[in-house]
Amino acid sequence: MENGTAPGFNRRDLLTIIGLAAGSGAAYQAMTSLGLAAESSYKEPIQLSGAPKGASVLILGAGVAGMTAALELRKAGYSVKILEFNSRPGGRNWTVRGGDSYTELGGDTQTCGFDPGLYLNPGPWRIPHHHRGVLDYCRRLGVQLEPFIQLNHNAYLQSPRAFGGKPQRIRDVKIDFQGHVAELLAKTTSQGKLDAGVTKEDQEILLKALQHWGALDKNYAYTPVPASEFRGWDKPRGGGAGGRPTPSQPIALTDLLKSGLWAALENFFLYDYQTTMFQPVGGMDAIGKAFAREVGDLIRFNAKVVRIQQDDVKVTVSWEDAKSPGTVAQEVADWCICTIPLPVLAQIQLDAGPKLKSAMAAVPYASSVKIGLQFKRRFWEEDEAIFGGITFTDLPIEQIGYPQFGFNRGGKGVLLGAYQYDSPRAFEFTALPPAERVKRAVALGAKIHPQYEAEFENGFAMAWHRSPFTMGCAADWTEETLAEHYEDLCAFDNRLVLAGEHASYLPAWQEGAILSALNAVERLHRKALGQ
Amino acid sequence: MRMPLVAALICFALPAMAGETAHTPVFSTGDVFDEATGETLYAGICQGCHMPNGQGAAGAGHYPALAKDSKLEAAGYPLTMVLHGLNGMPPFSERLTDAQVAQVVNYIRTHFGNSYADAVKPEDVKALR
Repeated sequence: MENGTAPGFNRRDLLTIIGLAAGSGAAYQAMTSLGLAAESSYKEPIQLSGAPKGASVLILGAGVAGMTAALELRKAGYSVKILEFNSRPGGRNWTVRGGDSYTELGGDTQTCGFDPGLYLNPGPWRIPHHHRGVLDYCRRLGVQLEPFIQLNHNAYLQSPRAFGGKPQRIRDVKIDFQGHVAELLAKTTSQGKLDAGVTKEDQEILLKALQHWGALDKNYAYTPVPASEFRGWDKPRGGGAGGRPTPSQPIALTDLLKSGLWAALENFFLYDYQTTMFQPVGGMDAIGKAFAREVGDLIRFNAKVVRIQQDDVKVTVSWEDAKSPGTVAQEVADWCICTIPLPVLAQIQLDAGPKLKSAMAAVPYASSVKIGLQFKRRFWEEDEAIFGGITFTDLPIEQIGYPQFGFNRGGKGVLLGAYQYDSPRAFEFTALPPAERVKRAVALGAKIHPQYEAEFENGFAMAWHRSPFTMGCAADWTEETLAEHYEDLCAFDNRLVLAGEHASYLPAWQEGAILSALNAVERLHRKALGQ
Repeated sequence: MRMPLVAALICFALPAMAGETAHTPVFSTGDVFDEATGETLYAGICQGCHMPNGQGAAGAGHYPALAKDSKLEAAGYPLTMVLHGLNGMPPFSERLTDAQVAQVVNYIRTHFGNSYADAVKPEDVKALR
């Protein structure tokens, strides 16, 4: 940008103009609103103490919600036990590595063939910077984080119906879209067509801003030379003799609009996906394992809950040992926090009022599929300079996620070769046998990365509706179901309360699991103290 | 609260291909399902949970079997389930047309050991929306 995209006008000029126009109050206002934006409903570590003597809590599910509740309740002095269906802690907080074996509903078993150090996070895979609850527990429990790159300008947007199927760099689509929009708006402004809504003074500022934001030339046109400062050159800048670059040609506005590729840009603008995002070093299950280091001694694994009874003084939960079916045992406690996913819970015989039961029955779980593919070499880095980030495509695989660690080291790598969430494709991939899902993901991904065919080694395909422990991916609320059922779902029913991502306004996020667990724990404590 | 998808704003739905079968899976292109026949709708959606032979499955909870299912006798029951969902069953009213719902309900009511001859029509579906 040293050469400037707006000759005769620099950043300081722009700030001066804004300062003159808006006054110093604007800066203060901006800071205040920034401060507000940083607020989260998570404030600080919960401080509970003074549990009634001998008070007990039974927690159903050793996922992130259940283990958060267990950790805090035990600290407060409660006697805590957890029943968990799986033979491992974490629930959907899970990482699959070489040698791991998983049997889905229907009986298909996959044994992961990834090389050491490579993995797939079949459930959550990224943490927004504003998920203060997750971040605080990571800090307190010693979970090391690294960046998760959501927007990599050098990854692709692709559609079989645009540009002959040729993938376009995100950079080109994003910048050309900005450039064309800026040019159109600048033209409209210069022609005086904005006079009704925008003062003359603001129009001047707007023109300068569009020049900067949209890479416009001195005539407010989107042309190759200033555009190349943003989108790169056809012949890159070189050193020594012949180093002069050749500008690149923007995509024509009409082609860009008709391509539909702009639709994917929201994946970089939405609040949940804005930089900075994180992932735990070595796999998402570092979080589940860290919680289990604290509360693992409270967990009874392989325990399938078959009945939940309660009266005015206690909760009795009957469970079956998955290793010896038919053997039913009982666990009794003063209180119960139930984090069992709703599709499973809705089928368990439960003593609860009609409001909670209608709420449980009204929330379906989204369909979702994630497929990990191991390749002999990291061709996306070596051949295409894609280091982390995500390619979005209209092909049925929908996304390709590049590994967010181990950059530029060569050797093998595992891609996220498909990630569908709640689309028809999620259902359609779920309906295929695991090996077929992998095969299709490879064939489809090869349309973006032809290297797939020569480099593919093995894959692992997780379809969440076939998950024996959740029967779906995450709560799929709508505005209507939220209005009708959300408060009922979260309300105490006698001595039982639900927690989990489904009992939050952040469904599918681990932050939702933590916030709902903390809220349940606080209310339980108040009740236990008779407040 | 659906996550944004590339496809969310692009609905260039293609007509389901003639001669589609359960062995050549259809991948829909937009937000609605492109499968047209009872067989392909079952193969593309239902068998994800109810399994290829309608046998259902069991884990922490279970997916009910559709094979030899006396609950299918009254067509209104499967029609309502497909349209509006219940418990873990997602609603499909916004993703399937009346004709598609009729196709798939007729399919399950005449396969997997079920033989209910009273086929439902798209109008029957419409009445239950």
